[in-house]
Amino acid sequence: MDEIQKTLLEQVAGLHEMPAGAYNIRANGASVSRNTTANIDIVTKTDKPGIDIVIKEGTKKESVHIPVVLSQSGLTEMVYNDFYVGDDCDVTIVAGCGIHNSGDQDSKHDGIHAFYIGKNSHVKYVEKHYGSGDGKGERIMNPQTIVELGENSFMEMETVQIKGVDSTKRSTEAKLSAGAKIVITERLMTHGNQTAESSFNVDLDGADSSANLISRAVARDNSRQIFLAKINGNNRCAGHSECDAIIMDNAKISAIPEITANDLDAALIHEAAIGKIAGDQIIKLMTLGLTEAEAEEQIVNGFLK
Amino acid sequence: MLELKDLCFQVPADGSGTKEIINNINLTLKDHTFTAITGPNGGGKSTLAKLIMGIERPTSGRILWNGTDITEMSITERANLGISFAFQQPVRFKGIRVKDLIRLSAGPDKKLSTASACDFLSKVGLCARDYINREVDASLSGGELKRIEIATIIARNTPLSVFDEPEAGIDLWSFNNLIKVFEELHETSTNSLIIISHQERILNIADEIVVIANGSVKAVGKKEEMLPELLSGTESCKFYQ
Repeated sequence: MDEIQKTLLEQVAGLHEMPAGAYNIRANGASVSRNTTANIDIVTKTDKPGIDIVIKEGTKKESVHIPVVLSQSGLTEMVYNDFYVGDDCDVTIVAGCGIHNSGDQDSKHDGIHAFYIGKNSHVKYVEKHYGSGDGKGERIMNPQTIVELGENSFMEMETVQIKGVDSTKRSTEAKLSAGAKIVITERLMTHGNQTAESSFNVDLDGADSSANLISRAVARDNSRQIFLAKINGNNRCAGHSECDAIIMDNAKISAIPEITANDLDAALIHEAAIGKIAGDQIIKLMTLGLTEAEAEEQIVNGFLK
Repeated sequence: MLELKDLCFQVPADGSGTKEIINNINLTLKDHTFTAITGPNGGGKSTLAKLIMGIERPTSGRILWNGTDITEMSITERANLGISFAFQQPVRFKGIRVKDLIRLSAGPDKKLSTASACDFLSKVGLCARDYINREVDASLSGGELKRIEIATIIARNTPLSVFDEPEAGIDLWSFNNLIKVFEELHETSTNSLIIISHQERILNIADEIVVIANGSVKAVGKKEEMLPELLSGTESCKFYQ
């Protein structure tokens, strides 16, 4: 890998070198490095681009890294990654995509990640997106995540897209069985003329299943964001969605939460708030000696932490 | 030394006219002095504090800090010249932790350790371990927030600190500690304090007391002279008229 690819890798996966545990690193449309373990197998799909990640039941304290980096301008790819997580697992999965585009053609990575999680498992899934390069070509990422959570399983999903992605349309769908729980935390910042659309559709099918969707977003310059969160309570369940957004400059943000109760015992809440940085917050930090611009930076950084 | 010269502050009133909030205030506050500013609600005390920090700009008049005219300076410039301000209603921040706020207060050069940040919290009667990593958000009560606000001012350790009603929203037990905090601040450094307060016990530990009503200085003098008059029922009315 070259230096640009290494930098991208560090941004999206926090990796300086080859990670411990299972991994598959994809660069410019091809798998460049792979490691499997006794419990985690990675197999290249034969019918379409992508990989199957198979995690044996009872696998504990193991991790899988599957970062993708694109540094070739004009490259467009569509990748299917399927995760099969057995019963009684406790694993961390780190995915992410970094695009460096210094050319004039658009570079695009579309990924569909499907998770089939067994019973009583805990999966932590971290996904970071990052773009760099000053070419006229856009950096486009459209990630789609599909989750099927088995009984009493718990998925924590963290997604971060802070910098450099021109256009993104992300969609997350989850179906939860009895006692299953999902917590999704999204951090999103758009700037320049970027657009981002993030939609969630969660079906709380099983008794005592629960979902918590938390989105914190900052839109600056002329960027545009749309946040859609749908939670369907189809059983005795608890669902909560929260979109908290800071709007700056000439940006535009829409938050469209939707909750549907199809069961008497479904308890669903949505919260959405959009506003500019409070003047008091800036003044307080200025009384500590920060300039207005430094104060804004601290407020935004804290908000997105 | 802080000098306020012919300071006036007007706001647009209903209709076409203006309303005087601060009306020709002249005051000199010497170094290493603890000045308590008191007076009736709506008399202009908080506005005066904001004028000193630069949060509001005077309509006319000058503010001099150690001989330098700071009237046109920004909040940031005044902060960097050594003026601090504790808000009456402290601001909440989503995502900024107590530790972060205290670090920002101490200044970027100091690279404050977590242990030192904890010391500042302990001084204001908060169990540091419980608070240091919490966010300065809606999960904190008004009283907790108020004490964290005071901790940020102690961390700044500047030549002048202005506190706008620091006792408001603080429970009785903490209030005793708060008095100790101010006494200690006054005794252990050469910094000056300006505290806006209605509390007799705060007035009692001040060197000087200034009474502000209807936007003007009604009386100013040594605590020993001022306090008995302020506390003697009918007499105090003369300041409040």
